[in-house]
Amino acid sequence: MDFTLMVTSLPKLLIAAAVTLKLLSLSLLFGIFIGLLFAILRLNKNPLINKFAYGYSYIFRGTPLLVQIFLIYFGLGQIEYFRSTFLWVVFKEPYWCAIIAFALNTGAYTSEILRSAFQTIKPGIVEAGKSLGVSSKIIFYKIQIPIAIRQSLPAYGNEIILMMKGTSLASTVTLMDITGVAKYIISTSFKPIEVFIVAGGIYLFMTFVIHNIIKFFEKKYSF
Amino acid sequence: MELLTFGNTGWGDELFYATLMTIVVSITAMLIGFFFALIFTPLKLSNKKFLNFIANSYTTVIRGVPELLVIYLFFFGGSGAIMYVASIFGYFEYIEINAFITGSFAIGIISGAYSTEVFRGAIQSIDKGQFEAAKVLGVKKHIQFFKIIMPQMLRLAIPNLSNVWQITLKDTSLISVTGLVEIMRQSYIAAGSTRDPLLFYSVAALIYLMLTFLSMKLINRLEVKYSRGF
Repeated sequence: MDFTLMVTSLPKLLIAAAVTLKLLSLSLLFGIFIGLLFAILRLNKNPLINKFAYGYSYIFRGTPLLVQIFLIYFGLGQIEYFRSTFLWVVFKEPYWCAIIAFALNTGAYTSEILRSAFQTIKPGIVEAGKSLGVSSKIIFYKIQIPIAIRQSLPAYGNEIILMMKGTSLASTVTLMDITGVAKYIISTSFKPIEVFIVAGGIYLFMTFVIHNIIKFFEKKYSF
Repeated sequence: MELLTFGNTGWGDELFYATLMTIVVSITAMLIGFFFALIFTPLKLSNKKFLNFIANSYTTVIRGVPELLVIYLFFFGGSGAIMYVASIFGYFEYIEINAFITGSFAIGIISGAYSTEVFRGAIQSIDKGQFEAAKVLGVKKHIQFFKIIMPQMLRLAIPNLSNVWQITLKDTSLISVTGLVEIMRQSYIAAGSTRDPLLFYSVAALIYLMLTFLSMKLINRLEVKYSRGF
């Protein structure tokens, strides 16, 4: 065991942890909007719209995240026309490509979580709202969404942890997150076990914190 | 489109073999995972605190750490560990383990952690009376497990195992970083030499979609088979 290496690599990995957290929080932020949008589309009565939403979530859940990142980072740059648009400013950066891929991916999973949460809401609750003369817009925003969010908290907590592990793939498109830095230290020091313990420890700590935050909210919003 | 033909000019045959490689690695990893689950599930269900602790650390660490990091650990640390063990037995030559073995082991250990949780959940949801009835009837321990517990457990476990299979299948794409030529690696090579990443990564995505779709169909059949009589 090389303890000096573990101690010297800790600050480097902690700086990298900031990159991981940034990637994670931004993708979750965008992902939750994508997820909510597609969950609502999934519940639409028009078969064309809900088939489209189903197709989206099926494709993103059925392919590995690595393919999605590579497709966005390497693939989109190949289209001549695409490079001339203003979007290229965003898509030429590996950082934003990674976030877009993560957001689309977590959005697909989130939409499934929210959809099943919407579907488990008892119809009686909506009917009660209707018979009290509450408008359907308010029923949706003030009754259905809060209940759906509470229902989906445990599953969404898992999704956050899965996404946190997913951000490690950002290292494949040159970003120096925890895994990227860990790989660099391993390949220069040839001490994989020591680095794994430190980097893995940071990830486990983050998992632990996320788990407890979700638990706190579950308790707070339980009924 | 001629880039995807079979033969010397196209990448069709290469991608076909890469797909077979992905399937073989996934199945190997899944089986290694079952092996680990077979060891750790009893530890999880044991009454001894220490054994519980070992099994819980295994599943918590593996499920809390990114797959890629585990793969790097095996990729960079695998041959070192084997050489260390060999040196105890007096063998000091350089040993290199190939990417297939490292890859399927790394993914296998990850998939094992998920399988362990699935089996634990399935066994715990079997009615206690079943165990007691078997005991009262004087059924031998191993017959109790194979003839009474296992059939009931499998029925409960198959839907969740199908999730583990999907995760394992998708995780194998990460082994491409070690140089094993599976779908992802082959697409990377093809994209690099033809400068057409859009085409090849789209094809890779389609192949993965096809694999997950077909395996879903197959597992649904198994589910029907094992839930008869309920």
